[in-house]
Amino acid sequence: MQSNLFSEALDNAYRVQIEEFEGPLDLLLHLIKKNEVDIYNIPIAAITRQYLEYMELLKELNLDIAGEFLVMAATLLQIKSRMLLPVTQDEEEAEAEDPRAELVRRLLEYQRYRDASFQLSSRNLLGRDVFARKFDSGEIADLAPEEEPADVELFDLIEAFQRVLARVSVETFHDVVTDGISIAERISQVLSILHEAKTVSFDALFHTGMTRDLLVVTFLSVLELCKMKLIKITQVENMGSIWITSSSEDAGNDAAPADGPEYDAETEGLVVG
Amino acid sequence: MSGKSLKSIVESLIFVHDHPLSLDRLALILEEYERADIRQALEELVADYAASEGGIVLVQVAGGYQLRSRPEHADYIRRLTKTKGVKFSQSALETLAIVAYRQPITRAEIEYLRGVDSGGVLKSLLEKKLLRILGKKDVPGKPLIYGTSREFLELFSLKDLNALPTLKEIQELAPPDPFADQPALPLDPSGP
Repeated sequence: MQSNLFSEALDNAYRVQIEEFEGPLDLLLHLIKKNEVDIYNIPIAAITRQYLEYMELLKELNLDIAGEFLVMAATLLQIKSRMLLPVTQDEEEAEAEDPRAELVRRLLEYQRYRDASFQLSSRNLLGRDVFARKFDSGEIADLAPEEEPADVELFDLIEAFQRVLARVSVETFHDVVTDGISIAERISQVLSILHEAKTVSFDALFHTGMTRDLLVVTFLSVLELCKMKLIKITQVENMGSIWITSSSEDAGNDAAPADGPEYDAETEGLVVG
Repeated sequence: MSGKSLKSIVESLIFVHDHPLSLDRLALILEEYERADIRQALEELVADYAASEGGIVLVQVAGGYQLRSRPEHADYIRRLTKTKGVKFSQSALETLAIVAYRQPITRAEIEYLRGVDSGGVLKSLLEKKLLRILGKKDVPGKPLIYGTSREFLELFSLKDLNALPTLKEIQELAPPDPFADQPALPLDPSGP
């Protein structure tokens, strides 16, 4: 069964009925409840028959039966046949356990967590039952990057960069006159952009017309600037845009940051191109 | 400075902050005050809000304090914000419950308990930051182990993980009949 985090409107009535069951354990619990039988003493033949009828129904409706349902069907049939077989003496000594015991354990445990999930959803959910004062209107949030660094993980940055790279056509002509720009130069450029704009989105630093080399240099510049703590990289919300802010908002105004000697020295050797 | 002004400072800080504000954080910000005084101011604030009939309550959530609207007013607020609020699928809730009670837990363990493939739901819960990867289990294959996040506590109004009712308590609570709104299967119980 496909599991979506947020319940979506399902496109046909049959599916609604079938998606009610999270899986074979859910279906079995339903059958046990419906037949009003003791979970510790499941009439395995009757339950198995109903389970298989349900599978037939799924087939008739032309729905894919998830593998888990088939596994459970096999398990049920195995239990049923084991219960039909006479128990030999060896087995009696070695394994006197009811063939249904393992299944019952799983069902009970599943039921516990399912009850716990009902308890969870009956709590006061933030954004559903209780509300906190915050900018959750998307537009406002986009305009005002969070002051507090929302811990953009390196992984997020790399993902964002991968998206940038994916936008750029792979088919570029071989350029003999590779006019490589150094990371130091690009850092200066990025800083002067930030000097004017204060905050730019990550994507804005990467124009579509740029060569792959320049994109890589730009990305490395951003990483380098972050390492030197000259910029702050923030993300307003999960999966939202990544924003780059000059971290020297008050101090950076008098000294042109592009001339700072400390990073020139450090990155001079790094030329990509 | 009097205790009363500290109380109002703390209130302002909690009001402005986007997330629950912890005592540790408050003590860091209010360096000129004693931690014990801040704690007391918090306790008084909580008592004040509890005593008032106002539309705002001060709750302890995710290890901090946050001002939230009164739960009874949810309907009115939804009219204002025009949001339906989060609605979780049963698979998401089950997975969250299992991880909350059994963390640290691997995907295989979750799938055994649920009886179904849980890769998709785990992925979306990770994306929503309700779950996080705690590390890798030191068994063959080094599977990832999952746990709940701070956002999980915030969303479900939990002070900490201990605030969850125990599984035993849940059983005793006689949970709402999960089948109440489930349509009957078109099956003939007497067989074909």
